[in-house]
Amino acid sequence: MHTTRLIIVAVGGQGNLLTSRVLGEAALLAGVPVRMSEIHGMAQRGGVVESAIVFGDALSTVISDGEADVLVGFEPVETLRALKKCHAGTTVITNLAPLPPFTVALGKGSYPAVERIQDLVAAKTARLIAFDATQLARQAGNRMALNMVLLGALLRTGRVPVPQAAVEETIRSSTKSAFVETNLKAFALGYAHVSA
Amino acid sequence: MHRLLIDQPGAKRLLLGNEAIARGAVEAGVAVAATYPGTPSSEIALNLFQISRETDRYFEYSTNEKVALEVTAAAANAGLRSLCLMKHVGLNVAADALMTLAYVGTRGGLVILTADDPAMFSSQNEQDNRYYAKLAGLPMLEPSSVAEALAMVPAAFDLSEKLHAPVLLRTTTRVNHSTAVVELGPIRTPVTAGYFKKDPFSFVTVPAVSRQLHVRLLERLEEAGRLAEASPFNFEAGDGRLGVVCNGVSYGYVHDALEDLQAGGRVRLLRLGFTHPLPEERIRRFLAACDKVLVVEEGEPFMEEAIRAIAQAAALTLPIRGKGAGLFSRLYEYDPAMVRRVMAAYFALPQRPAPALDLSDVPALPQRPPTLCAGCSHRATFYAVKKATEGLDVIHPSDIGCYTLGFLPPLSMGDFVICMGASIGSACGFSRASRQKVVAFIGDSTFFHSGMPGLVNAVFNNHNLTLVILDNRTTAMTGHQPNPGVDMAELQLEGFNRVDIEGVVKALGVAHVSVIRPYNVKKSIAALREAIAFPGVSVVISREKCTLYARGLRQLHGRAFTVTDKCRNHRECVDALACPAFYLEGDRVRIDADICVGCALCAQVCPEHAIQPLRQE
Ligand code: SF4
Repeated sequence: MHTTRLIIVAVGGQGNLLTSRVLGEAALLAGVPVRMSEIHGMAQRGGVVESAIVFGDALSTVISDGEADVLVGFEPVETLRALKKCHAGTTVITNLAPLPPFTVALGKGSYPAVERIQDLVAAKTARLIAFDATQLARQAGNRMALNMVLLGALLRTGRVPVPQAAVEETIRSSTKSAFVETNLKAFALGYAHVSA
Repeated sequence: MHRLLIDQPGAKRLLLGNEAIARGAVEAGVAVAATYPGTPSSEIALNLFQISRETDRYFEYSTNEKVALEVTAAAANAGLRSLCLMKHVGLNVAADALMTLAYVGTRGGLVILTADDPAMFSSQNEQDNRYYAKLAGLPMLEPSSVAEALAMVPAAFDLSEKLHAPVLLRTTTRVNHSTAVVELGPIRTPVTAGYFKKDPFSFVTVPAVSRQLHVRLLERLEEAGRLAEASPFNFEAGDGRLGVVCNGVSYGYVHDALEDLQAGGRVRLLRLGFTHPLPEERIRRFLAACDKVLVVEEGEPFMEEAIRAIAQAAALTLPIRGKGAGLFSRLYEYDPAMVRRVMAAYFALPQRPAPALDLSDVPALPQRPPTLCAGCSHRATFYAVKKATEGLDVIHPSDIGCYTLGFLPPLSMGDFVICMGASIGSACGFSRASRQKVVAFIGDSTFFHSGMPGLVNAVFNNHNLTLVILDNRTTAMTGHQPNPGVDMAELQLEGFNRVDIEGVVKALGVAHVSVIRPYNVKKSIAALREAIAFPGVSVVISREKCTLYARGLRQLHGRAFTVTDKCRNHRECVDALACPAFYLEGDRVRIDADICVGCALCAQVCPEHAIQPLRQE
């Protein structure tokens, strides 16, 4: 099977590990070979969390620079920071709601304009899908459902070989029961936000 | 029922590497497990701890890795399958026990898992623990994948019982923290009641006994070598006269590179999973079939040097390379593209790398380093120490934990960190060698782990230092595991005692002991000043629960704070505390109410009293 490489970047606490977990379980359900790796040692201390998900027959669970086919960013600066993982054919999905690191408040470094981030990413990759996913998560009923909004958008691009039904099934069966409705709603909002 | 206890052989599950290892322990019928928590091994213990609560399998968080190894060594010698878990540097702590345990051997199965951390995602060094197998003379297995990690646990126990030797299972972060689909195997019912049959001439290592035991150790190693020759964990693939030898996660990278380079027909592969003792005969045959060999292994040239020695003994003169300029590094971790590049260059295979993106116009981005949580009690303690030592020239030896992050500006509390417990020993040395003041930091868990001998030393040798024990009532850094100072009843866990740090410190003979509540800034500064002025050893226990832990226990009731109009923009709060709840709106300081936990530290720091609790709407 053709290999598809997906990188997800987020700030600790944004809930991206659930996105990869759901994708992985859905792939298992659909019989799609999947492997992933995460660097989350310092996630709870506000650092960057990166997950690599590889669909297909490759054995590596690590994705080298320049080799991600899809990049999902939960925060605009982190999307830009992860651009080195992309190639000219990469599809990028990014949340536009910034979470400036505390170093900015300390006067060490400045946060670039979100429009500039979009221009840079769009100019270098095949497709950029950028929107305020946090806003859509709130609309779904919980800002923590950001992970499901972005998952919906990702599925709609058709760039990952996992069927939508398997993802929805997994959201139903393996996210906390109190949040299933919100999660499905957030997923649907993200999905509807992107044109195929 | 715990998800790893499901008895459905053949069922497929998506598991984290560490969950797969815990499942392997269940399948192997492990009866006793012990650990001191450390990333990247921590989740194994977390699962075994949960499992121990609902079965008769025993698990404990031991005070340190040496104790954990002693506990499991005894259990194994009473006949029970026992598993000892630790991160790589933990094996340094356990090394004293390990070296002679290798002589003594075991009666029941004993597996020691060491989780190495190439690239140091959360460690102070990236030492290659494969050398411990060689140093101690123990068999070692190394998985390449999550599924293999599961399979190797029962296999390691079989091996241990066959050889009567402890077996090292060496993983790396990318196995521990990868997730993949595994097939569950059958669960062996654990034997949980053991009996220790006395045999002092095998177990009491006086010189006369040890001289015999060393002979037996070498015999066991020879037998292990024969088993390595036949082990299915050492296998070959492909053919051709170009050879690659690899281990661990490098195998995946080599496998994918061979696909990408379409070099399967030209390259012969030897994957080693039973890596000590190495299967010398098998390697000799492999070398004889090759014109040129590349060794792909993260870390030190452990296999490379051994393979060169095997070639020399067999008078084979083919080039064998691994580490070196233009080849692989001894630094950090590898990745698929790096391995592909080196393989293509070394074997002169054609490759078409996609052009890299030109990122030269991407501006410098603000850094996002890990930092102490909003409301972390350590921040408050560090601030108080800073105020209490203003104007003094002070050295701050520190230790391993969340609080190590306090070394970053603006707190700048941390000048010397090497290993668990070293804050106190090094404080003793600094206080003798220099006229500078010494105020050291250690966490509660680290104090129990290996801080106490240092403190006894300080008292006995009458050093002049202040030790601040950051007692946040948990082992925070690795995910809030218990330690001897933790109130287990609060966690609804019965059958534990609690060791009181204040009582311990006093009993060790420290003459000046005080306890502070760090969110009370003024009182804390006063108590610290007094302790620092005391000639001799003084201890200040800064007692406040880790904020993240308190949240988990639903004990966080503080209201978020806000910056009112009284603010005159000194930015004392942001500049002195660097709490991640602060952000700037234009040039005004704001507090993110979603992040603030209401610890009120900044409110006490602000000279204008401009920071106040947010009114509830
Ligand atoms: S986990 Fe606890 S100890 Fe660690 S930084 Fe957060 S609040 Fe502080």
